[in-house]
Amino acid sequence: MSPLRTTDVGAELFVREVEITRELLVRYAGASGDVNAIHYNDAVAEAAGLPGVIAHGMLTMGLAGSALTDWLAGLDDDGVARVVRYGVRFSRPIVVPALGSTTLVVTGTLGARDDEAGTARVDLRAVCDGVTVLGKAQATITL
Amino acid sequence: MGTSGVDASLVGRVFTATPPFEVDRSAIRAFAGVVGATAPVHHDPTAARAAGFADVVAPVTFAVVIAQGAESEYVADPASGIDFSRVVHAEESFTHVRPIVAGDVLRTAVHVDSVTERGGLALVTTRTEITSGDDAVATVVSTLAVRGAES
Repeated sequence: MSPLRTTDVGAELFVREVEITRELLVRYAGASGDVNAIHYNDAVAEAAGLPGVIAHGMLTMGLAGSALTDWLAGLDDDGVARVVRYGVRFSRPIVVPALGSTTLVVTGTLGARDDEAGTARVDLRAVCDGVTVLGKAQATITL
Repeated sequence: MGTSGVDASLVGRVFTATPPFEVDRSAIRAFAGVVGATAPVHHDPTAARAAGFADVVAPVTFAVVIAQGAESEYVADPASGIDFSRVVHAEESFTHVRPIVAGDVLRTAVHVDSVTERGGLALVTTRTEITSGDDAVATVVSTLAVRGAES
């Protein structure tokens, strides 16, 4: 039986820390095709009214999603396919320094369970420098 | 002050001219490597098949690559009135009927679902339906916030 059926609602499922660097932003631009210069060029970012180069919101969403799916893959071999819906709001940008890194901390909590529907909601918290960067980050997974 | 310039009359339009997206292993591996999706099913075809998948599995947000490419048919069309230098991404969601795997050839239909103006800011919501043949694969809903031009 899936351990998700017996986990307490509100229980913390996983925590993952990720270092975000300019190199990671450039790699995401290449892998995703999103080459908006605000994600690698300080002058362009500042001209757009930003405090500096920021991470792609979709990179942050992807990093948080991988923390979840890697955890699900630990439950069973095809666990990554349990995610039926995943949505976020981009509440605050992550400013990424030219040198060094900034740390994203992703925490997953069991938010709710619907035994009849056979699904659960995982609430994801994504925090960088003490600031929550994703709002209403939730995934619906099958039990 | 200023207005966003986004043309709300395009709400309801559907854009389908983007060529099919051919999903290959190297694109999945590169994307998985960047977003930290380390489960073997994203990287190793043998592990993927052993887990019951046809080939390596795309990470949960990979469909954005397909959707953003297709959305550009609408967003980059001057008729949309969207100035990309004034756009920030506000919301995104993915609904998966089944996982995307290497070897998939996927078609897209981008629906312009809503344009909401609020104090010189426009919220533009698109819904990209991703299909394989006659079968639904995933739905990607994206909301962009477009700031008004300064004047």
